[in-house]
Amino acid sequence: MAAGKDAFEIRIHGRGGQGAKSASQLIVEAALDQGKQIQAFPEYGPERTGAPMKTYARISDKPITTYEPVLEPDTVLVIDPTLIGQVDVTGGMHKDSVLIVNTTETPEEMKKKLGFSGRVYTVDATGISIKLLGRNVPNTPMIGALMKITGVIDVKYVEQRVEDMFLKKIGREKTDANINAIKTAYDEVKG
Amino acid sequence: MMAEAKHKVVSLTGNYAIAEAMRQINPDVVAAYPITPQSAIVEKFSGFVNNGLVDTEMVRVESEHSAMSACVGASMAGIRTMTATCSAGLALMWEIVGVASGLRCPIVMPIANRAISAPINIHCDHSDSMGARDLGWIQIYNETAQEAYENVFLALRLAEHPKVQLPVMVCEDGFITSHCVQNVKIFDDAVMKKFIGTRKPEFALLDLKNPITVGAIELQDYYFETKRQQQEAMENVPAAYLEIGKELSKITGSDYGFFQEYKTNDADAIILTMSSATGTARSVVDKMRAKGKKVGLIKLRLFRPFPYEAVAKALEGKKIVGVLDRSMSFGAHSPLFGEIRNAVYGMKDKPALQSYVFGLGGRDLLESHVEQVFEELLAGKTNDEIKYLGLREVSQ
Repeated sequence: MAAGKDAFEIRIHGRGGQGAKSASQLIVEAALDQGKQIQAFPEYGPERTGAPMKTYARISDKPITTYEPVLEPDTVLVIDPTLIGQVDVTGGMHKDSVLIVNTTETPEEMKKKLGFSGRVYTVDATGISIKLLGRNVPNTPMIGALMKITGVIDVKYVEQRVEDMFLKKIGREKTDANINAIKTAYDEVKG
Repeated sequence: MMAEAKHKVVSLTGNYAIAEAMRQINPDVVAAYPITPQSAIVEKFSGFVNNGLVDTEMVRVESEHSAMSACVGASMAGIRTMTATCSAGLALMWEIVGVASGLRCPIVMPIANRAISAPINIHCDHSDSMGARDLGWIQIYNETAQEAYENVFLALRLAEHPKVQLPVMVCEDGFITSHCVQNVKIFDDAVMKKFIGTRKPEFALLDLKNPITVGAIELQDYYFETKRQQQEAMENVPAAYLEIGKELSKITGSDYGFFQEYKTNDADAIILTMSSATGTARSVVDKMRAKGKKVGLIKLRLFRPFPYEAVAKALEGKKIVGVLDRSMSFGAHSPLFGEIRNAVYGMKDKPALQSYVFGLGGRDLLESHVEQVFEELLAGKTNDEIKYLGLREVSQ
C-alpha cells in the first residue's frame, strides 16, 4: 500500500461474464470476515458479455467514504491474458504496486511485453482451473495468487467464504476443488 | 457514539441493504416492476416472498403505472405498501405518483437514482426524483447502503405518522451505491419489528364499519382546500422526522438530522451536496484538513420538505459555499442550489454561493474535482454561472 493511504486498493481487469465482479466481491467478503472495512464495485459500461471491464475493491482498517474509482491501485489482477496489449492494465500503478497476470508466460516475458518495470507476477490460473475444476473459471485461483503476493488478507478467510458460498450449491467435491484451485495458485504464482 | 442494538455486520450492496429493510418490515403488499439499477431490490425481495421469509402479497404488474396504482389501492385499504423504481419507471408512474400523495397514501418507495432519457443512459444522476420534487412526496437522500437501510425504517414511520400521512421516496445513487458492496449493520429483526409497530390508519377502505369515499372528484369547490391540507401535512414533517429519528438512533447509534455537518465550524469554504458525492467529498475534506486547509462539508438528507430554517442557521456567518447538484433544472437554478439560495434570502450575514453541476449520466465525480471546487471557493471565486465538474467542453 502506498504511503499516506488508508485503504488497500485493487483493480481487476476481465471480460464481461468471466467473474471479475464475483472475484472482487469474494475478496472483500473475506476481508469483512477478518474485521476490515470494505468496498467493491464494478465499472459498469453497457454490460456486454466478452467486453473488457474493470472492477474495484478497497480494504481498510478505517471507514471507506470515497466513491471515486480506484485510480492508483496497489494491486492489479488481469484475469484474461488476451487483454494484455488491448487495455492499459498498468495505468495508475505506483512503485510499490503489484501486477498479477493469468498467463503461462514468465514474469520477465510479461514485463517485456508490457514495457513495464514494476513488480509483475504470473500464474496459470486458466490451466489450474481447467485441470482442477474442469472448466475455465480463472477468477477464483487468481484470488489465491493475490493473497500469496500481497498478504492483504489471510487466505483462510477466502477458503471459508468459498466453503460457505459453494457447499450448498455445488456439493463437497466441487467446493473442495475450488479451494484446491485457490491453494494451487497460491503455491504456483511466480515472480 | 450511542450504544447500538444487537446487529450483524454483513457485506451488502445498497440494493440488497434496502431489500433487507423490506424483509424486516414485511409489508402487506409490494407491487413493483424492475428497472435498472433498481431491479436487484425487487429481485431480492421476490426471493424473500418465494422462500416464505415474508408474507407479503407480491403483485407482479406489467408497468410502473400499474405498480403505483396497485400500491395506492392497497395503501388506501389501510395496509402497509411498498414499491421501488427509478428513471423511466418513475416517469411512467408519474400520474399515480401525484395520486398517492394527494390521497395521502403512506407508501415507501426506494429510488435507485438514474438519469432521465434522452440520450438513453442507465447511470446515476438525480434527474428522476428531482423531476418529481413537486409531486408532494417526502424525499430522503442517502450516502451509503447503511444510511439507505436505516432510512427505509425512518421513512415508514414518518409516512404513517398521524400528522403526516404522506408517501416517501428513499433515494440512493444508482450503481454508485445501489451496486457497491459495503459493510452494513443489519439490526435484529425483533428490534426493527418493534420499532415499526403496526399501521393504524385513521381511515381505511376496508374498515367496513366506517365506510369512506376515496378518490372522489373535487373541482372548484374543494380541490384547493385538499391541496392546502397537503401543505400542512408537509409542514408537520420536520418535527415528526426529528422525533422518529431520535427513537431510531437509540437502536442504530446514528444521527438523523435534516443534514449532517462535517468540520464546518471553522471552515473557510464549505461544500453542500447530497448522496454518494458526500462520501467522496468527505475523503477530500480529511486530506485537505491534513494540509491545514479549513474546508468543511454539509450533507443534505431531507430535500422535501426542504428544511430552510435549519439550513439557514447552519450557513449564517459562513464565508462561501459551493452547492453541488447532480441534476439540472434547464433554464433555471439547479434544484439544490435554488433551494440553498432561497434559504439564505434575507439573511444578514449570508455566505457567497456558487452553483456546480456534476455527475450527469453517471460521469465520475473524482476527488480532484472536489479539491478543485474547494480551491476555487478558498480563492473566493464565484460568479452567477453554473460551473460544471468533469465536463469535457470548456465551460468557463
